[in-house]
Amino acid sequence: MRIAVCVKQVPDSWAEKKMNGQVLDRAGVDAVLNDLDEYAIEQALQIVEANSPTKEAGPESGHTITLISMGPDRASEAIRKGLSMGADEAIHVVDDGLAGSDALATSLVLANVIKSGNFDLVFCGTESTDARMSVVPAMLAQRLGWAQLTFAASVAVDVGLSEVKIARATEVGIENMSAKFPAVISVNEKINEPRYPSFKGIMAAKKKSIQAKSLSDLGITPSEVGGKAAWSNVKDALLRPARGAGIKVEDSGDGGIKLVDFLAEKRVI
Amino acid sequence: MKSVLILVDGANGQVAKSTGELATFAKRIGEVIAVVFDPSLVAGLGVYAIDKVVVVGGFDATKFSPAPIAESLAQLITTKSASAVLITSSARGKEIAGRLAVISGSGIITDAIDVDADLITTQSVFGGSTSVHANVSHGTAIITLRSNAVEVIAASTTPTQEDFTPTISDMAKLATVTSSQPAVKGGRPELTEASIVVSGGRGTNGDFKPVEAFADSLGAAVGASRAATDAGWYPHTHQVGQTGKTVSPQLYVACGISGAIQHRAGMQTSKLIVAINKDPEAPIFELADYGVVGDLFNVLPAATAAIAAKK
Repeated sequence: MRIAVCVKQVPDSWAEKKMNGQVLDRAGVDAVLNDLDEYAIEQALQIVEANSPTKEAGPESGHTITLISMGPDRASEAIRKGLSMGADEAIHVVDDGLAGSDALATSLVLANVIKSGNFDLVFCGTESTDARMSVVPAMLAQRLGWAQLTFAASVAVDVGLSEVKIARATEVGIENMSAKFPAVISVNEKINEPRYPSFKGIMAAKKKSIQAKSLSDLGITPSEVGGKAAWSNVKDALLRPARGAGIKVEDSGDGGIKLVDFLAEKRVI
Repeated sequence: MKSVLILVDGANGQVAKSTGELATFAKRIGEVIAVVFDPSLVAGLGVYAIDKVVVVGGFDATKFSPAPIAESLAQLITTKSASAVLITSSARGKEIAGRLAVISGSGIITDAIDVDADLITTQSVFGGSTSVHANVSHGTAIITLRSNAVEVIAASTTPTQEDFTPTISDMAKLATVTSSQPAVKGGRPELTEASIVVSGGRGTNGDFKPVEAFADSLGAAVGASRAATDAGWYPHTHQVGQTGKTVSPQLYVACGISGAIQHRAGMQTSKLIVAINKDPEAPIFELADYGVVGDLFNVLPAATAAIAAKK
């Protein structure tokens, strides 16, 4: 099997974020591998391990896991973390023309990389913790013309049958879905417990290949991507007045009653 | 006049409240065309500001979610010359919207909390600290809207009804739904639709009974922090926060929740926030309109009793 995992470097989700004009201020915050993508990497590793003669991922397994990322130079740090978890190689699309790309452009770039890679399965996290749109996996499936299996809470792959089954939980309930390869799968954060990179994994990752690709390598013209090509425009971004702390009372037996009085006063009960 | 498509949600003859919210937004923009994939929902649409109902048929929408729904909407955009498509911001709604944007060559805005007559949206980002105004500049405006963001305008209408049979591609049928179980409906309202949410965290020590009792006295939904769901104290489907659900109710009551930024990201746009916590330094108090420093095992039963006494 050839498995791709789409990963993104994002501002640390524990950091306070702010806007710089029309876009997210990325300079002032620590950048990390999107937490939710770690579940996608872990799932790919578990599937390879289950189908490997040595029960390990890597060159002996007969399967390959390729990380695909789009982002500035420093995104290579996040990619390296994914490699240290056990992915085999990476493709990093880096080009000044990509700055300010929307989800449509991001999915276009990722789809072009995937098309040239002869992949069977593509794994994604459900969303990036910065943009939080959770539309890229669906857009990828549409652009590639592949089966879409998103928001998976469990994944089972039958390599012999080239078939993948998932269970997903959405607002409407639980759906069991299946498809033949190739498929785009997004996994939620309950599906597994991502491993920490081992010391051996970190050392091995230093030697793994990160192939850089530019827009021209992918046959994409600069007018198709980047901020100018975005099909939605931010008109303004205003800092809301900080939500001030309100009334705070100590409970000395009457806290519950005071609370209900407050709710009655605010007419919510 | 502009035409706006809204995607109707619901099940078993019960139209979701969020559909009424979409109709309320769409009415500001122009003619409201409700698109229904489940015929059992048609009867429930007369109470909202809807001008036309399109019942999509000719394929089993429950068997191939969500690709055929996106293809159907794309075809309706053309036949109805729609200026906008409004969809509820759920996991399913967003994936339909994402595919639709690609098929129809349109810009997309997700998680809006408002949209005006000129199709300018408002989004609340970074845990509610920032308001962003934006618009779609290409194609049809594909906009997903969060539940509870607007007061539903009730109407008594008799919308005209028509049937539509889309052409569904083979590609849209690649992933099939082999079986499904509807969401288990408890006695409590759905978390993202509820106008009151009472949530429990680490401070419950795994005992959600006082949280549930208080929620029931208010007719509220029950939420939980990630700490509580990860500990297995409450189902993950009830998790509020960055990696869980985003709620924006009239009243949010945080019980034994410290208020880490990841939790705040899921509830900070609530209209009124109340916190109960033993630790007077808990960050949740920084954004609470009303805070009680105390043990939830004392405060909640007293509050539940006080509510009962008022009835």
